[in-house]
Amino acid sequence: MSRERPLLGLAWLLATLPYGLGAEPADSPAALVERLNKIGREGQGNREGAAAWKKLTQAGPEGLLPILRGFDPERSPVGANWLRPAFNALAEEALRTKKLPTEELTRFVQDIKNHPAARRLAYEALLQADPRTAEKYLPGMLHDPSPELRRDAVALLLDNAQKLLQAGEKESAKFVYEKALQGACDPDQVETIADALKKWGVSVDLQKHFGVVHQWYLAAPFEHAGGSGWEVAYAPEKGVDLQATYEGKEKLVVRWLPVRTRDAQGLVDINKAIKPYKGAICYAYAEVQSPEEQSIEFRAGSINGLKIFVNGELIFAKQEYHHGMSIDQYIVKGKLKKGSNRILLKVAQNEQKEPWAQRWAFQLRLTDSVGAAIPFSQKEAK
Amino acid sequence: MRRIVRRIVGLALVFAGWGLLQAGDWTQFRGPGGSGISAEKELPTHWSKSEGLRWSVELPGRGLSNPVLAAGKVYVTACSGYRQRRLHVLCFEEKTGKKLWERQFTATGSTACHPVTNMAAPTPVTDGKAVYALFATGDLAALDAQGNLLWYRSLVGDYPEITNQVGMASSPVLAKGVLCIPMDNVGDAFLAGLDAATGQNLWKHKRKAQLNWVTPVTFPLGERTAVLFQASDLAEALDVQTGKVIWSFASPGLSTIPSPTYAEGVLYLTSGRGAVLAVKPQPDGKSEELFKAENVLAGYPSPVVYQGKLYGLTDVAVTCTDLKSGTELWKQRVEGKFSASPIIADGKLYAINEKGRGFVLDIRGDKPKILAKNDLDDKIQATPAVANGAIYLRSDNKLYCVGK
Repeated sequence: MSRERPLLGLAWLLATLPYGLGAEPADSPAALVERLNKIGREGQGNREGAAAWKKLTQAGPEGLLPILRGFDPERSPVGANWLRPAFNALAEEALRTKKLPTEELTRFVQDIKNHPAARRLAYEALLQADPRTAEKYLPGMLHDPSPELRRDAVALLLDNAQKLLQAGEKESAKFVYEKALQGACDPDQVETIADALKKWGVSVDLQKHFGVVHQWYLAAPFEHAGGSGWEVAYAPEKGVDLQATYEGKEKLVVRWLPVRTRDAQGLVDINKAIKPYKGAICYAYAEVQSPEEQSIEFRAGSINGLKIFVNGELIFAKQEYHHGMSIDQYIVKGKLKKGSNRILLKVAQNEQKEPWAQRWAFQLRLTDSVGAAIPFSQKEAK
Repeated sequence: MRRIVRRIVGLALVFAGWGLLQAGDWTQFRGPGGSGISAEKELPTHWSKSEGLRWSVELPGRGLSNPVLAAGKVYVTACSGYRQRRLHVLCFEEKTGKKLWERQFTATGSTACHPVTNMAAPTPVTDGKAVYALFATGDLAALDAQGNLLWYRSLVGDYPEITNQVGMASSPVLAKGVLCIPMDNVGDAFLAGLDAATGQNLWKHKRKAQLNWVTPVTFPLGERTAVLFQASDLAEALDVQTGKVIWSFASPGLSTIPSPTYAEGVLYLTSGRGAVLAVKPQPDGKSEELFKAENVLAGYPSPVVYQGKLYGLTDVAVTCTDLKSGTELWKQRVEGKFSASPIIADGKLYAINEKGRGFVLDIRGDKPKILAKNDLDDKIQATPAVANGAIYLRSDNKLYCVGK
């Protein structure tokens, strides 16, 4: 008897331990959210996911906050796309029955420690409940960590500036444009503001605003006939020496050529800077000084094959040719260390002959997660 | 005799989905079987912004996808937001246009594309029980008629080498419980057969890396149901249940934009130079080439085969070709450009140009007769849908139901 009691006690303790440590019951909304966040690749877990989704959407308005707390598209892009429609379903029903927990959602939106994408999701439910939500909250979101909320805050200011202009209040409009510029990160909005401010003789340093890497050294052409150079680690990939010369395509002597782009979005035209070679690789090298270690986004664009190496590490590779190019075409998360950082791009040109397939170009800017320029500097080439 | 009846009933069930579909439903890109034909009678012929509309509703964003309809519901996809990163599946009540539900997703693949297209380019497919929505980002979701998410796939998450920054537009098709996902691109190109119930792969057939916007077509080949996927130099048909190639036809210069069609044992393959090639596929894998009709297509629209004739759209004309001889019967001038494919019902051809002008042609006689030119004055790139006495037209930001 005396030996059974401790065993029973241990069994009880083990049975209740998870709750004691704060774990959720298996079918609680939070547990269902986690189950959806763990759905794997190629639909592994879809069947169980459907069951969890159904249960979660039967939770009523109480399911909304757990979804928001577990909503993290970076941690689980697949999970986020199970959770967003679950939130839609619950919010739709809560709006219909007028049971949307507006106070809790408002608190969630206002707490910038919450995931930016989840805050945006909550904001959209509030906006559906009350269109005045935009005017109420957006003015305070000009520097918000959510790119979408920030974009809407800028858009609201642009609307206001337009209305002021139509009312003939030009100086007030200028003030509003300048304020909008402080928060604007998306290139289309920034350029709209810069264009508007020209009317007052204000020139916006777009390169600085975007965080453009402007000072480059180019080395080309290296052999890429028939796509052969993509996997070849030519000498610059093993270490850049700006004084070095290399044997390039067709036995040409390749040297590093300094190129400073003046383009607002940082475009570097290799055809103009070097020569329009086909079936060729161009390396582009830049050094940037960072005042501290920073988690950043490398936002690149190229109409050619592109690899990005940062401090010797390959962080991005995409081989697609002549299918368009834009600023922020590729957004890659990475790090800068304190001090000098080496950025090397491998820009591959193919051999298509069509007139629309001749560009050989790239651009790069360094930003935070909303697209605002991060602090860095570059030494100008002599 | 009983065997023949059983076979006819069986085939009817296969091509009508799984019992929930009604005769007048419009279940996929270009309707049942991808034919562009509706069995509806007495469809409206005249409409405008202020007349002839049963209802119209605002949409949250652009889409080239056509609406699909089943069991009294209209399903539409759209994309919105900065860089089109928000993806929408919407469901409306067929009779009233009342929004029943909307579910959203975030793009997990690239949203880069040519301005003419967008992320809601592929048309969803429905069997009446569920709607399967594929986006150009490689996001793929299955929702039941009540808006419950049945499953979701991030194809770019699964296969990161997928890439097409011109924008993907091929639509999925459904046969025998297998959802066929066309994914031709310049990276990891494939045609995959997914279990429609779970979204998991039944088979994945590797394809040549290339851009291609053609939608597959399903057709009976002997005892089997085949899914044909055409690209620039090869049309291949796979057994929909096994993913094995059971027929192929190599020909340089096949189209990568207008989709092929199938009628009465013949495949009408589209050519990149506006021609249509009629080929009879045999169950043993052989082919019989019947004819090649030149200059019957241009740009984006796909051909329609109807009552012994082949109809096509160029930038400036509706074309009509005799199926027996492959020769041109007539051309009728209309104002293009057209992104939307023509559709035919009850002896009338409907062609909607990019400015929202809808031409209605009576095609019953030896020569066509233009019955109406209907202006919506709205940008329309999506192929119309037809169901239960109404025509559904989708613009960049509106869905119109033309009918009483």
